[in-house]
Amino acid sequence: MLTAWVGAGAGYAATSDLSAAGLQGALDVATARARASAEISLIDHRSITRPDKSGAYTSPNADRALPGPKEWIERLALECAGARIDSRIVERIARVCITETEQAYITSDGVRIDQHFRFLMPELSVAAHANGDTQVRTLGNYANLAQGGIEVLSRFHFDGAGARIADEALQLLAAPNCPSGPRDVLLMPDQMMLQIHESIGHPLELDRILGDERNFAGSSFVKLDMFGEYRYGSELLNVTFDPSLPEEAASYAFDDDGAEAHKHYLIRAGILERPLGGLLSQQRANIEGVANSRASSWNRAPIDRMANLNIEPGSTSLDEMIAGIEHGILMRTNTSWSIDDHRNKFQFGCELGQLIENGQLKEIVKQPNYRGISSTFWRSLSAVGNEETRAMFGTPVCGKGEPMQGVRVGHASPACVFRDVDVFGGA
Amino acid sequence: MNWMARYTEAAPKKLDWHCYFALVASEVERLRQGDECVFSSLAAEQSDFIRFNGGKVRQIGNVSQGKLTLRLIDGERQAYSTLTVSCEPAADFGRVASALKTLREGLCDAPDDPHLMVDRSSSWTQSIRRTGTLPDPAALARTVAERAKGLDFVGFYAGGSLSRGFASSSGSRGWYEVENFNFSWSLYGSGGRAIKSSYSGESWDDGAFAAKVELASARLPLLSAAPRALAPGNYRAYLAPAAAQELLGTTAWSGFSARSQASARSELYKLHAGEVAFDARVELTEDIELGITPGFNEDGYERETVSLIRGGRSVGQLVDARSARECGLSPNGAPASESPTALSMAGGDLAEGDVLAALDTGLYIGNLWYVNFSDRMNCRLTGMTRFATFLVEGGKVIAPVEAMRFDDSLYRLLGSELERLGIQPELLLSDNTWGERATGGMKLPGWLLRSIALTL
Repeated sequence: MLTAWVGAGAGYAATSDLSAAGLQGALDVATARARASAEISLIDHRSITRPDKSGAYTSPNADRALPGPKEWIERLALECAGARIDSRIVERIARVCITETEQAYITSDGVRIDQHFRFLMPELSVAAHANGDTQVRTLGNYANLAQGGIEVLSRFHFDGAGARIADEALQLLAAPNCPSGPRDVLLMPDQMMLQIHESIGHPLELDRILGDERNFAGSSFVKLDMFGEYRYGSELLNVTFDPSLPEEAASYAFDDDGAEAHKHYLIRAGILERPLGGLLSQQRANIEGVANSRASSWNRAPIDRMANLNIEPGSTSLDEMIAGIEHGILMRTNTSWSIDDHRNKFQFGCELGQLIENGQLKEIVKQPNYRGISSTFWRSLSAVGNEETRAMFGTPVCGKGEPMQGVRVGHASPACVFRDVDVFGGA
Repeated sequence: MNWMARYTEAAPKKLDWHCYFALVASEVERLRQGDECVFSSLAAEQSDFIRFNGGKVRQIGNVSQGKLTLRLIDGERQAYSTLTVSCEPAADFGRVASALKTLREGLCDAPDDPHLMVDRSSSWTQSIRRTGTLPDPAALARTVAERAKGLDFVGFYAGGSLSRGFASSSGSRGWYEVENFNFSWSLYGSGGRAIKSSYSGESWDDGAFAAKVELASARLPLLSAAPRALAPGNYRAYLAPAAAQELLGTTAWSGFSARSQASARSELYKLHAGEVAFDARVELTEDIELGITPGFNEDGYERETVSLIRGGRSVGQLVDARSARECGLSPNGAPASESPTALSMAGGDLAEGDVLAALDTGLYIGNLWYVNFSDRMNCRLTGMTRFATFLVEGGKVIAPVEAMRFDDSLYRLLGSELERLGIQPELLLSDNTWGERATGGMKLPGWLLRSIALTL
């Protein structure tokens, strides 16, 4: 993709023809589009500062060779075979996605940024069926994305997981529906990632707040005047944008507009501090943001995106959290998500629930769902797990933008407890 | 120099992907060895994109790209590779040869694929090539800026040429090429509520666009009334075709998949098993005759129009070749996803002009948003109302309503709660642009429902 600035306007042209003629043709088109928009541009691009720092980034262990196809096939087949533990297991899927990306950012100002990424995403899914019901258990449900090498598999406990999740699918098949009514909810990190993503990440995207996404992805209940004073959550809530954790899915040294990336608190002790907005949006809104202007690939223009958005660990152990719940439920692994276009009214579902009564874990229940309102939900955060409860997840399918873009995001979180949540099950 | 002259000077060179793909097919055939079978598939586009916010240009650009997938089959083993291609044979053919060589080496380690099924013997030819009349992007941007004066206009234009090609070693050749556009926009009124409109097709008309903007603008006063906050409960409702599309789009993702049904994961499992039925007026068809999607798939089969639901009961599923072999079925040309790409629903007897009177008192729901499942085995869906959703009393629009969450089963909505269907199904072209502009869409009537359950 080539981007040109002419007067107040900016235009881009992306081409798969990398010959000199192809690139020149693209530059001509980008220039013409920039010129055509100069007098009707929403943004006066002359006023936007362009970063001037060069640099490089490489994913951890990206230089270490991975197994060849034969070894991968054997390894995946082993987990599939391990999941065949009962005649009620009707489908077993094992898969690993490996992506290597070379990215170069070059400007006529003399900047050059080279970034080399390697992503792995191991996946397992097992379906159990009997008596007209089907229950599915997965290893992360499309959320096991991370940067690195073969060690990513052990990080997600891949080896031996086939038999384990097959057993859990059978337990779900025999389990009662999740009961309805208010309960305290203990969300494990593989559900917390979705909770963070939908009800903190998207509402804090500055381009949404500025109205760019109102025709598709939506707006936000967060307004510009809330930063610095709005109580987003309880005092236990600390949320960071952190591109510096090398193994997390969306770590990088520079965003796709060339801004150098650093860790920042977005919410500290429950108070909203800064949005997810790249340099362009920051200057439009006159507010400090983060380096999160990102494109899904060479054929899409950068916009404000999540990257690594994490909840900082607290001090409570998992046992202490469970012991502190009188009438509650533990939920694992997201399976359904829906939220309104202002990122407020949400309803999320998990693969597996386990009731908690009088401080003790009880029976497993199937189809646990809960719903709430973002702007009040985080204020009911009553316990944040310690470092031992923390886990890191990532997904390649965060969708947004016109044209549409699916980008990789990472979310690390401890287990968390929320008080008095509206919980319910299947029909 | 005027703007038009400047644009014309820098108009993207029109690429001849049709000719290029014929050369690719010949080159692949030349590189093929022994009894190997090679399938080549191309997805290419030259697209203009313009985003608007506040009636001004937020982003403007052009994407020219080609994606070539080579699938090498030798005996019962297969492997594939996808390359980004430039439409220049001299630049690409070295990489095509290299990709085939890598695939050939990879097959040495690959086990037999027990479910491999492709059409290795047919030699069919089909070609659809439609040229359109598209707006000049620079002129369009100026037109929108002019039309949007005084309006809070947020929108997105995507237009250009789309090509899809298929070639097999046995001589089958498929080509689908259209020039079309899809422009959707939202006019925001007070209180952050909006009316969404769209204009899509193959022949752009400035007058038609202007009329649509004017029509939406004339409806803006409807948003000015104080919005009603609804309590959870069951509400009589009319779902406009765009709202129905959200429900069927989510359900159809794997609901009509033969593979999903065989593994008991289909959201319509109980319907296909005959345990439940929709209202007898519900008829759904994967209608290739709509001409909005390529008539071939990547397994070498020509696509078929497939009747899915008749008289409210399941009569067919989408079967790709792999599922056919695994499950002992006959393939019907479905894509590997087994998701419909041209889903058509039969209309009923409710005329557009009679919708409000027939609704009488209830909710007019123009759009739904973020639909997902809350109970897959019972096809229970949840999602939000969005854009133009109004409270109607006595056949008259009273006020907009605050966004509400619904949670209800499609079996109920299209079963006991279905009162009438719109008389004229509306063609809704896909506006998906995930990585590339999509083909396909749906043709749906509106649904008048006795009730829908709102929960939050």
